[in-house]
Amino acid sequence: MPPTPCSLCHTARALVKRPKTGQQVCKDCFFEVFETEVHNTIVEGEGIFNRGERVAIGASGGKDSTVLAHVLSVLNKRYDYGLDLYLLSIDEGITGYRDDSLETVKQNQVEYGLPLKILSYNELYGWTMDKIVEQVGRRNNCTFCGVFRRQALDRGAAQLGVDHIVTGHNADDIAETVLMNIMRGDIARLGRCTAVTTQSEDTIKRSKPFKYAYEKEIVMYAYFKKLTYFSTECIYSPDAYRGHARVFLKDLEAVRPSAIIDIIHSGESFVLEQSVQKGMKAMQTCLRCGYISSNDLCKACALLEGLEAGLDRGALRQTQDSGIAAPEGHRTIPKYERYGAQTQTQVSSEGIEKAVQAIEIR
Amino acid sequence: MTTVSDDIVTSSNGLGYTSASAAHPESLVKPPAAPTAGEDTIEIHLEFGGGLHLLFSSQPRHTIRLPRFVTESNTPQPTTMRHLVKWMKENLLSEREEMFGDGDGVRPGILVLVNDADWELEGELEYELRDRDEIVFISTLHGG
Repeated sequence: MPPTPCSLCHTARALVKRPKTGQQVCKDCFFEVFETEVHNTIVEGEGIFNRGERVAIGASGGKDSTVLAHVLSVLNKRYDYGLDLYLLSIDEGITGYRDDSLETVKQNQVEYGLPLKILSYNELYGWTMDKIVEQVGRRNNCTFCGVFRRQALDRGAAQLGVDHIVTGHNADDIAETVLMNIMRGDIARLGRCTAVTTQSEDTIKRSKPFKYAYEKEIVMYAYFKKLTYFSTECIYSPDAYRGHARVFLKDLEAVRPSAIIDIIHSGESFVLEQSVQKGMKAMQTCLRCGYISSNDLCKACALLEGLEAGLDRGALRQTQDSGIAAPEGHRTIPKYERYGAQTQTQVSSEGIEKAVQAIEIR
Repeated sequence: MTTVSDDIVTSSNGLGYTSASAAHPESLVKPPAAPTAGEDTIEIHLEFGGGLHLLFSSQPRHTIRLPRFVTESNTPQPTTMRHLVKWMKENLLSEREEMFGDGDGVRPGILVLVNDADWELEGELEYELRDRDEIVFISTLHGG
């Protein structure tokens, strides 16, 4: 087969077939269109960033967050966003899994010259995932990890004094989440999971600049740019449900590459009726730790109480309406204090607890 | 934010593994399926990224030799990616075949590069292998 010329510059040899468009592009044009599309996602509408904003990149050492750190560093300079970028990593305390990827993040810190903060579950909750799994077993431990990670990211961001967390969730991840929310009938999250930026009262703004970036292109970008990342699978029970959704999505993509964007578009097209929205719980703050919650206790405090009580899987069913005081002798989560919360004026009333959303930094 | 430019210097291969995480090459080299003496062979370089090397004796790089032609319906045909993938499943894959193969090809979600070009531009399974081709397989199925 003779080499195909790039369909953009018409000179260099095409090396990538873009899944979204079918375009065949050379390496330089690929970098250009990939970066420009992320820039477009960032500046679309009112834009996700404000000049002078302090932004934490949720960094796991994996491909998505590494490419995000790279691209944001490049775009911040190229388009003069005026952002202060930080790397924020969560150490779940999984021996042999997070160790290697945290080394990678430390490497990224040097490569990009960005300050890095690592916050561990052990430091925050007094529990590592290794210890949690030892007590609760391998089934459902992802629930603990998801709830704890989300809150840990917010707390790490508060400690860094940042206004905004960006994560490497890509188009494939979002399409997957749309499918899962439909299959679980989780209407509240379905309405929210496709938003580039989410923010409600008392939560730090979160954005997904890779909303329209295909996983294939992220991997190609990392490969052609020779970026330092670490690919690994969690050693504890992988999220089986998500795994099925992922395989299904990849099968669809193989038949029709636009499926991923199409599913995201479908997700966006669901609009919640007022009556449905009214049925959702109003937000409050956790009586024990001050984190945002739709119950007296936030999910993390409830899970922690179950762990501290020595429960195994029963810790998952710990109620969220216990009293303000933790039982005698139990460890608790430090009081959550949001940096600059007083100056926050943006209020959008999303009547749903965001803390339980299983966000994965990838 | 002072030193970052478009040419950020990394010391990586962009494939998501580190030398520390890969098994020591010599210790795990499988004997290649030796072509018979005098047979016309080609040398192929394989590399695995995105955690895929874990399915190939934890060794990210392999060099193999394949016959230049395979005989099908009594006529010699040039060896293609289809033959390579089949050969890999039979000779190189050390575990969990379903994580790599799918029918004749590779599982959706595994990217294949032929001499740094997306194999979708090269005819995928029909691509005719040449001596010293470099084939890279990268899994996107692992968590990032």
